[in-house]
Amino acid sequence: MTTIRSAEARRGAVASKEAWLTKARQKELRSLLKGLLYLSPSLLVFLLFVFYPLMRSFHLSLYATDPIGRPAVFVGLDQYQRLFNTPNFLYSLQVSVAFVLYTVPTTILAALFLAVLGSARLRGISVFRTVFSSTIAVSGATASLIFLFLYHPALGALNYFLDVLGLPRVPWLTSPVTALPSVALTTVWLQLGLNTVILLANLLGIPEELYESAKIDGAGFRAMFRHITIPMLSPTVFFLIVVDTLAAFQAFTQFNVLTDGGPVRATTVLVYSIYQEFYFNGQYGYASAQAVTLLGIMLVLTILQFGLLERRVFYR
Amino acid sequence: MKRRLDARRVLLPALLYSALVAVGVLVIFPIWYAVVTSFLSDPEVAVYPPKLVPTSLNPDNYRRALEQAPLLRYLLNSAVQSGIVTLSHLLLGSLAAYAFSFLAFRGKNLLFLIFLSTMMIPWEATIIPNYLTVRALRWTDTFQGLTAPYLATAFGTFLLRQFFMTIPKDLHDAATIDGCSDLRFLTTVVVPLARPALGTLAVYSFLQTYNQYLWPLLVTNHKNMRTVQIGIALLQDEERLAFNVIMAGVVIILLPTFALFILGNRQLIRGLTAGAIKG
Repeated sequence: MTTIRSAEARRGAVASKEAWLTKARQKELRSLLKGLLYLSPSLLVFLLFVFYPLMRSFHLSLYATDPIGRPAVFVGLDQYQRLFNTPNFLYSLQVSVAFVLYTVPTTILAALFLAVLGSARLRGISVFRTVFSSTIAVSGATASLIFLFLYHPALGALNYFLDVLGLPRVPWLTSPVTALPSVALTTVWLQLGLNTVILLANLLGIPEELYESAKIDGAGFRAMFRHITIPMLSPTVFFLIVVDTLAAFQAFTQFNVLTDGGPVRATTVLVYSIYQEFYFNGQYGYASAQAVTLLGIMLVLTILQFGLLERRVFYR
Repeated sequence: MKRRLDARRVLLPALLYSALVAVGVLVIFPIWYAVVTSFLSDPEVAVYPPKLVPTSLNPDNYRRALEQAPLLRYLLNSAVQSGIVTLSHLLLGSLAAYAFSFLAFRGKNLLFLIFLSTMMIPWEATIIPNYLTVRALRWTDTFQGLTAPYLATAFGTFLLRQFFMTIPKDLHDAATIDGCSDLRFLTTVVVPLARPALGTLAVYSFLQTYNQYLWPLLVTNHKNMRTVQIGIALLQDEERLAFNVIMAGVVIILLPTFALFILGNRQLIRGLTAGAIKG
């Protein structure tokens, strides 16, 4: 008897526990559905226009495509092999790397100089801070058009200044030698505002007491800059190196407006070559292989930067 | 001794001010040059040496830029495009940020990581398939084609989430007990409180979209659908307009962004220092 009753009781307990479990599960399911409901509009956009195309880029890169971009013949890694045997691609890679080296250090050093100047506590300093960060409001297209005129071989202001200073004129965008540095100069100017703003914000955030106590210890401006400002700013500088490098690898507008990749491919950076291959030549598969390769290069570079540079960063 | 100190007190600021002015002139010069050129007459713009100060404030080139180039049409297109994207960022961003900050559900952290990962995928890895998609949908030369891929924002969701997290959870609990639905709590409590963060996001999204170049270049062919950035670049390229007219166009295009920059400077900087860069 007792065993039967206890078995019944046990069964009842199990049943109620199951009911409780399903209730808890139902509640959990409901909260999950609700969360997904709030996220679904964003998720839908990301799915359709970020994750699906990312997969499709990999997929396309393995196929030769027909003129409207449908995969036609599976070619495996042939297009990647073709890339590394094509002088044009290797040359574009070289141009891209040169462009990064021209722009990133220059931008950060110039912005650092502006930020230090702008951090002076003087009357009316906010006017200068606004001027120093003003290129934030300038788009790539408008900046390029202004510089196109500045670089004008006969009428431009830059050659005029060189004339005034008694220096030889520079062919700027018209010579394969000077075209890339000229685009780089435009880019440095364009990125200066954002870099300065970020550095300035962090510079002003360094506690004043650090400088005060250093002064008491008899430290001069140079010593304070080296031993306080630089270490305190190093996380921001590191962030800017990573972000500016990625941005430089992806720069497109300046090249499209200023040089169209010329003269004689001197400014055909990787992204410009991708654009030409798919938009004008209809080589969707081949262009995708280039895009995937660039993605890989950028990924490796970022990982390298974190591995090599971040060790030298001082975190508070 | 005292005199030397005084000299230092005068000399150092004087030195600093001259450095500030010199560097400031250097930074602002390209914009100054564009403004000056926009006021020059056709003969004036074609002479050497170039004019570095305006000779008159003749608005003729501005009239020409608005008429000869359908700049007003381009401005309208850009305003619609940027307006759609900005509104969508505010709406979709608020909804997602609300889920990430106030709702508890399984897989929340994983989904948040998925959101963040979209920030690390560069445009060239997705642009060819996106172009093919938009073309297959016959969305070229339409506003849906211009805006669809950019309607969601991981950066904005992150920005808003950081702000929503500062709103006390007790407020949410109390509202829930009183029978207030989440959607009502979001619209009547969270959104009004988060106005500064929403303002930052609005300015940022608007600037970002207004200044976009490659995507509008790919998906618009018809002259009437061009955005300002494409319109002005092609004016130089195809129509070979004189530089004074083009610079007038450049100044017109820069006006809205400069207004936003001056008005929303502080807010924008706070948002931008959270980490983003233009491409």
